[in-house]
Amino acid sequence: MRWKKVEYTGWGRVHQANGELARPERVSDILLATKDEAAPALGMRRSYGDACLNDGGKAIDMSRLDRLLSFDEDTGLVHVEAGLQFGQLLKIFAPLGWLPPVMPGTGFATIGGGIAMDVHGKNHHGAGSFGEHVTELTLATPDQRKVVSPENDAELFKATVGGLGQTGPILSAKFRLLKAKGDVMVVTERRVKTWEDFLPLLDASEATYTVGWIDATAWGDKLGRGILEEAETGGGLVRAAKRSKSVPVNAPGFVLSPWVVRAFNAAYWRKVPSAGRTVVKPVDDFFFPLDKIHNWNRLYGKQGFHQFQCVVPVNAADQLRDMVDKIARSGLASPLAVLKRMGPGRAGYLSFPMEGYTLALDFRNTPQAETLMRKLEDMTLAASGRIYFAKDSVARPKSIPAMYPDLPKWQETVAKADPDGTYATDLVRRLKLRDLT
Amino acid sequence: MSQTWIILGATSTIARAFARLLAARGHSLVLAGRDQNELQIIAEDCKIRGAEQAEAVPFDARDAKTFDPILAQAEQCAGDVCVAVFVGSMPPQDEIDQDPSLIDGTVADSFTGPAQFLTAIAPVLEQKGKGTVIGVGSVAGDRGRLGNYVYGAAKAGFHTYLSGLRNRLGRSGVHVVTVKPGTVDTAMTWGMDKLPFLAQPEKVAGDILIAADKKKDTLYTPFIWWPVMTVIRSIPEHVFKKLKI
Repeated sequence: MRWKKVEYTGWGRVHQANGELARPERVSDILLATKDEAAPALGMRRSYGDACLNDGGKAIDMSRLDRLLSFDEDTGLVHVEAGLQFGQLLKIFAPLGWLPPVMPGTGFATIGGGIAMDVHGKNHHGAGSFGEHVTELTLATPDQRKVVSPENDAELFKATVGGLGQTGPILSAKFRLLKAKGDVMVVTERRVKTWEDFLPLLDASEATYTVGWIDATAWGDKLGRGILEEAETGGGLVRAAKRSKSVPVNAPGFVLSPWVVRAFNAAYWRKVPSAGRTVVKPVDDFFFPLDKIHNWNRLYGKQGFHQFQCVVPVNAADQLRDMVDKIARSGLASPLAVLKRMGPGRAGYLSFPMEGYTLALDFRNTPQAETLMRKLEDMTLAASGRIYFAKDSVARPKSIPAMYPDLPKWQETVAKADPDGTYATDLVRRLKLRDLT
Repeated sequence: MSQTWIILGATSTIARAFARLLAARGHSLVLAGRDQNELQIIAEDCKIRGAEQAEAVPFDARDAKTFDPILAQAEQCAGDVCVAVFVGSMPPQDEIDQDPSLIDGTVADSFTGPAQFLTAIAPVLEQKGKGTVIGVGSVAGDRGRLGNYVYGAAKAGFHTYLSGLRNRLGRSGVHVVTVKPGTVDTAMTWGMDKLPFLAQPEKVAGDILIAADKKKDTLYTPFIWWPVMTVIRSIPEHVFKKLKI
């Protein structure tokens, strides 16, 4: 297997890694590569922080192993290689009336990455996490391929789903697609005036797909204003998405300065009429709104950005409000803040979801932002919530055991699967996840 | 009428991307190559993506015996038959310098093997009176460069062969496209330093399909290689021999 020396980053571009990557294109290649060298697998590197980095070591880029291995038209059961991207899956199957059961916010994420992070989507309150739909997965261990299911090895399965790749490269996975009415989304958008209005609306939403956008720059009596989006699949004809655009170079600092963000957010909020509206959109427009702008991470400039995402239990709503207030007053927030009600669904020991509210937003990489994020991490911990490894780039090890109570179980299983720690990544080392407590 | 596409070298990175585009159009695919396990996986992938049929067949550019079953299949095919050739091999020039016998294999993979196959299938295509042949060459065939001139020579031979084949088959309504890709992000180029205008295989495959639809004769992909190679071809030999490009 040929290894290439590269410098690479996660989506947020704050952390960097120098290392050697192999990029197998054949099953025989990946089996050779894993025999050569046990190294962590990575996909499209859409994790924001350092979950997809192995500085100074080797890693296997799985993005070219992206074939559909089988599909059962009667049951919707599909078997795919781990490098397949969610967006491709959607593109192939939506016209046939099938949807991936759960989709993360970017279609560029791979199925393998989706399992390693146990991703959730806008339907989490009803459909649960992606890992809950996985019926079987295949790991490429140094000796052979190993098929893992909740039935044949529940512990290894739970350590792999949401397990940050620490049980070895995922080669393929089986899961069931959901039958959809068509490949169009019928989306109802409502303006929400305040935080106090928002949570009851999220709680009461009976839509299959529900998500809230909030203006994290508005405070005082406008705190928590935003837009509630509720959507169902439907049939019909809508014009295909416009051709994607690309951000060609790193943007200068003023592009996302507080003043610009505040003006953008105010305009965005007013775009939805005060009485609300219902629009139809192509499926990919709804699920992956930012994918139309390639390399949008360059908008944050050369120094990169952080994303903060936490979830807190339902009874900690007031503490979440305090966090939003703190963010709004800091003036550091970006245009993209998302608020969502989560259900209890999670499939792995280290899965992120819990029943409650999740908040996600970006900060340009500055010392103030880092300080604020540490404070938010403390507030999350105090609220009995947790932060999301797929996004994190600044959290501290001491916060993790309380946020992830199943950590010891995960450590025990991972220690058996990979006693030498060969699959460790920068995030795992930074948060000391595999140091037995 | 549905089309049957015979793809030689179907496990190559660009061929895979191309096969997926054909699958999405609902064509039938005959995926030919050496690695049968891998071809089976690609065939299944293409079927799920919409190919009417997709099957894996053995093909080795250096072994003409493997051509016969594919030729027989083409003869029996009721609809249109099209052929796309993606085979080729590029051992590093310094390895060839050490072991000149590697030249035989390089030429067989990149030129004489596919040329033998195409010559054998030409009467079938002529009889059908339509169809498309796509031959993937390389910008390396436009000029003999220090870094890979054996590979370049083989591709240059293939280009000239395709030009003649176009002349012949054009008379009976079969179109031949010569494709000259620049550097493409494939397993072959993974790990090589400083590749200019590196293109993604999906982009190149898309360009090839458009060129076939529009019945272009020669395609440089990505397009930037057309002006680049026009300049490189125009450098006088006495100057070129001193350059390292």
